[in-house]
Amino acid sequence: MLAPTSIVAVMVAQNVVFGILAVVMVAAAFRLVTTQNVVRAALFLAIVLAGVAGLYILLAAEFVAWVQVLVYIGAVVVLLLFGVMLTRAPIGRDADLDNDQRLLGALVALFLFGALGAVLLDAFGDQEVGTVQIRRTAEVSDSIFGTYVIPFEVISILLLAALVGAVALARRD
Amino acid sequence: MYLNQFLLLAAVLFCLGVYGVLSRKNAVLVLMSIELMLNAVNINLIAFGAFRDNVIGQVFSLFVIAIAAAEVGVGLAIVLLIFRNRADIDLDELAQMKG
Repeated sequence: MLAPTSIVAVMVAQNVVFGILAVVMVAAAFRLVTTQNVVRAALFLAIVLAGVAGLYILLAAEFVAWVQVLVYIGAVVVLLLFGVMLTRAPIGRDADLDNDQRLLGALVALFLFGALGAVLLDAFGDQEVGTVQIRRTAEVSDSIFGTYVIPFEVISILLLAALVGAVALARRD
Repeated sequence: MYLNQFLLLAAVLFCLGVYGVLSRKNAVLVLMSIELMLNAVNINLIAFGAFRDNVIGQVFSLFVIAIAAAEVGVGLAIVLLIFRNRADIDLDELAQMKG
């Protein structure tokens, strides 16, 4: 067991790391939805996804964190950049990428955040996550291939269907 | 660490994603905003998993990641098809199905 002073030090360090990640993620997400440059938006998305992986590490979900890095930053961002290139979006120069509903969209988002924030503060007040137990990845796999094996199989069928569908849609014939 | 600090951060990211979906007219940027919203949901799943002290949150966040990968693949294929047919992916101009 850790001495009480080092437990306090760990808690302070966790909160400092969370604060840094939160500021970086919110700033990058804000730039993602406001920037007028498509490639920069993809790079801001990569920053947000890396921050989410950092939050998973903070919550002791390291397997999910590495899946996040491999699948999202490794594959999804690259796929989106390919989409930008193949659709000849205005790369490198600024363009008008917003429609004329910005004010309405901002109002909807603010209203939604107000509603979500009020409900969350009311429901979970000051409940603590507490000391996060580190779970072995074997426990996650036991759960996937034991209790949740049917959703797992359904998702593998879904991935196959999505693969075939994407090829069938994008193929030239 | 409070549970709410994760949930409120996820709420901020989700609302920014909603704003992006509503205010962008480039289809690829709309897909990026949807990814932002899916990640906010995943933060919630992991935070509740740590809060309830079980692995089910991690299991379902892996499922969500798999579905998001399928979604972005099919979504980009549809965007490419729209681009091939119209030479443009401006969502404001896509109004053929308007009555």
